[in-house]
Amino acid sequence: MLALLGVREIDALFDEIPDALRVSQLQGVGPGLSELEIMQLMRARANCDGAPLCFLGAGAYEHHIPAPVWSTVTRGEFYSAYTPYQAEASQGTLQSIYEYQSMMVSLTAMQASNASLYDGATALSEACLMAVRANRRSQSARILWPRSVHPHYRQVAQTTAAGQGLQFETLDYDRSGHCVLPELAADADLTALVIAQPNFFGVLEDVHALTDWAHARGALVIALVNPTSLGVLSPPGQWGSAGADIVVGEGQPLGCPLSSGGPYFGFMTTRLQFVRQMPGRIAGRTLDLDGRPGFTLTLQAREQHIRRAKATSNICTNQGLLMMAGTLYLALMGAQGLERVALTCMARTQELVQALCALPGVRLAFSAPRFHEAVLLFDRPIAPFLQALAAQGIIGGLDLSVHYPELGPALLVCATETRTGADIERYARALGELLT
Amino acid sequence: MTVQQTAPAQTPGDGNERLPLRERLIFEYSRPGRGARSQWPEVPPGVPSIPSALRRREPAALPQVSELDVVRHYTRLSQLNFSIDTHFYPLGSCTMKYNPKACNAAALLPGFLMRHPLGPPELGQGFLACLHELQEMLKAITGMRGVALSPLAGAHGEFAGVAMIRAYHRARGDQQRREVLVPQAAHGTNPATASMCGYVAREIAVGADGDVDLTALRAALGPQTAGIMLTNPSTLGVFERRIAEVARLVHEAGGLLYYDGANLNAILGKVRPGDMGFDVMHVNLHKTFSTPHGGGGPGAGPVLVSERLLPFLPLPIVARDSAADGRARFRWLEERELPQSIGRLACFGGNAGVLLRAYVYMRLLGQAGMRRVAEYATLNANYLSARLQQLGYEAAYPQRRASHEFIVTLRRAAQELGVTAMDVAKRLLDLGFHAPTTYFPQLVSECLLIEPTETESKATLDEFAAAMGQILTEARQEPERLRRAPYTLPVRRLDDVRAARELDLAYRGAPGGE
Amino acid sequence: MSKIPQELKYTRTHEWLRSLPDGNVEIGISDHAQEELGDLVFIELPQVGRRLTAGEACAVIESVKAASDIYAPIAGTVVATNEQLAQSPELVNHDPYGNGWLMRLKPAQASDQEALLSAEAYGAVAEAG
Repeated sequence: MLALLGVREIDALFDEIPDALRVSQLQGVGPGLSELEIMQLMRARANCDGAPLCFLGAGAYEHHIPAPVWSTVTRGEFYSAYTPYQAEASQGTLQSIYEYQSMMVSLTAMQASNASLYDGATALSEACLMAVRANRRSQSARILWPRSVHPHYRQVAQTTAAGQGLQFETLDYDRSGHCVLPELAADADLTALVIAQPNFFGVLEDVHALTDWAHARGALVIALVNPTSLGVLSPPGQWGSAGADIVVGEGQPLGCPLSSGGPYFGFMTTRLQFVRQMPGRIAGRTLDLDGRPGFTLTLQAREQHIRRAKATSNICTNQGLLMMAGTLYLALMGAQGLERVALTCMARTQELVQALCALPGVRLAFSAPRFHEAVLLFDRPIAPFLQALAAQGIIGGLDLSVHYPELGPALLVCATETRTGADIERYARALGELLT
Repeated sequence: MTVQQTAPAQTPGDGNERLPLRERLIFEYSRPGRGARSQWPEVPPGVPSIPSALRRREPAALPQVSELDVVRHYTRLSQLNFSIDTHFYPLGSCTMKYNPKACNAAALLPGFLMRHPLGPPELGQGFLACLHELQEMLKAITGMRGVALSPLAGAHGEFAGVAMIRAYHRARGDQQRREVLVPQAAHGTNPATASMCGYVAREIAVGADGDVDLTALRAALGPQTAGIMLTNPSTLGVFERRIAEVARLVHEAGGLLYYDGANLNAILGKVRPGDMGFDVMHVNLHKTFSTPHGGGGPGAGPVLVSERLLPFLPLPIVARDSAADGRARFRWLEERELPQSIGRLACFGGNAGVLLRAYVYMRLLGQAGMRRVAEYATLNANYLSARLQQLGYEAAYPQRRASHEFIVTLRRAAQELGVTAMDVAKRLLDLGFHAPTTYFPQLVSECLLIEPTETESKATLDEFAAAMGQILTEARQEPERLRRAPYTLPVRRLDDVRAARELDLAYRGAPGGE
Repeated sequence: MSKIPQELKYTRTHEWLRSLPDGNVEIGISDHAQEELGDLVFIELPQVGRRLTAGEACAVIESVKAASDIYAPIAGTVVATNEQLAQSPELVNHDPYGNGWLMRLKPAQASDQEALLSAEAYGAVAEAG
């Protein structure tokens, strides 16, 4: 090979690089390991954290993932394929995307879906930017959201929207955990209202009233939903008299393991009239030269590789493999399976709440109907007993004192279908001993 | 020594065509009442009631299929795909190198897989140790001073980088900086990112030799310049030789330099962006560090900074303390420790599973391995470029060394034979190769951007060259054949216009709003 | 060779302008432009009643390979848009100067049109670009 190139050694191929820039040693990178050595190291590291019992949700939920999901998704043909830009060589990926889009449209009762965004939080940011583009009547770029939207989601939206002129206004929650609507002037210019269902506290909002309120004021409705809950709850396309306008959320509960925080996937669905304002890739069905049906990426003119500075977003890589996991999960569970998962989670959380509220000084913060999380109030600081529980291999929940100090000592707990009665008993016993 | 042969290339009409597989939609397997029942939980008693107004009335129209239906359907779909595991995939700018399976095996270890992101750090020391070491290695490789792992993709990292540049100027009280410079050949995410941060993207011309035009640069620089976004080697596949001068000019004008790490594979272990004068950069873990592309994602785009941008890094970041017993203790940095941070970019700490895979890959390579990556990626690209030129293809920058990728232009073939880069790409699919990147960078007409990567053998490169030779012959003798390729895939060329005009984005059997 | 009707005025950004008997003007894109863009798939037009300044981006024309901005040749108020284009964007490809018209404006000032190009001058622009 070198002979063809007319050089004596590989290093000659780097001769256009100024000598001053060349390094021969990287301080801080050691020698290479064999596969055996790295697996030994990784096993030791993975094991040192134990396998704690988890009663924490707050945006990432432990669900049973059917075995066929990851055995299929990690097939090399899916795992090591690229974005399907050469459609004829990527019908597997493209058809999967189309099926995913179809399932999400149906699950949310909307009309069009994209092929995933990074996560629920960035999906919410994108939805806010999309609402500004799509709401022609509004000039204000004013977005209302309740404090009971996940605190990290609001932080992410603020970081992203800072350069693009969005104004966020925060609404309070009342003693039942529900969003409180503000009094507005008759001519107030509002771009969108974010409705979280369930909200961060697990409480169920009156989505119909909130949707109609927003539409009556010329604002678009951004629905932020838990996908498992759509097995039992009214889908955003059927909220109020006209339905939500943009739907987003975290897809992790659909077939993605907790995996220390990622990768997950954000989903987004919308009305057909807004489809050109929707960021991310979209697959469409069409015909080939012989008149046979096939799938291809479409509406690409909105994306960064064509529209560049005026693109709907700078997103390029998405969360394709996780979207596939979501597709397989939904295909395996179906509507009936998803409903059962949702109901089981609600029952388990109810059981957990009852067991813990029987302990001294523990009471429920919000008595309103909820999905699969609840806020418990304590008569003493949370951190010490949470730490003690961790030492026993139990992750008791999320301490809310950082983001919601007004609640006093408060803990967000969650029990999914993966928690058994015995697990709940173990938690209650351990906590009971710590509280007495 | 025997050389592993790949399957013989298939020429349509020689009786060896693979029957294109067709596969229905999963919805078409549905039968009422069918389901993967062993996956459904038994609902216990005591389900709290849901207010009837909030209850779902009709079930979603998801498929009603058995587990075997699902496995068979998606397995068959997988067989309709080209992938690195099945095909040579020389997609320029994407670095389609082999993904070692060990990376996946390690990331799927239960201790990592089952861990909740908001769990207490004392129950995450193993995981945090991996992340901290990853942070340190990335700094060493790039010559930068600070790092954040949370951006979820390259474009996301770009956003963080430009947002930090904006925060830096604001902190200095400089409100004048409104432009970000971008070479004409830049990747589309660069100007898109500049817009997202409220900047105007201003294009700088590139000279005929492939380097940024310094005269144009000087003319564009001024008090309105926030910074410049560059890739090096550039998207044209050549090293920006005067980068030190570019850095000096931009810094003198008060601007900062952003490095798009997409092409790091060409210089891994040999050159560090920090030494070139860059102030901020991102790394594409799914390119240079071999995490799987997954049909479009997930990726990860950690961002790295020089001294002056340290205060603005996005959170969270892993910190290391020494405990009383002298051992390392890892934790997350708190907001009060980084009060000028641009903030949070993702709900949790980043694409952890991707970060772990990249960590394992780096440990497998080690220092010497990293240098070999750059050496063989560059050797393979230069070799392939020479072979194709021998066959009669026109290189866009024949007088330059190729980096890890190179551009071939079909503008003459397009004019003389009516055969385009797209036609060549489609015919390559018939011959068993995934096509290179087409029509990027936009600066070169009818171009193919070819990146073989270091994990391909000479034998594979020679087979690819042979296929390209065959295509050139066909172009001269039977151009119509090329224009209607491919022939042997599950579908022929697809009607993009129809796809965009008559939108069919979801199966109609799924009830939607309409 | 693309068509460039003599009686129309043009811009450097490939829009044409036709004076109508009622004093309004009609606007579209040239044959050269539609050829460059390829088969059009979607056209986003401004709302009726919107006031435009000369040179302002007022519409987006989308083909499979590009999405281009359309710039108002003169200042004016949008009085009508071609509603047929929602169903049939290909009208702009087939008949760019007739049924493929995009919008009609009520001009803000009569003198604005002086800055526009004649058919001949535009011909040179189209040849070069």
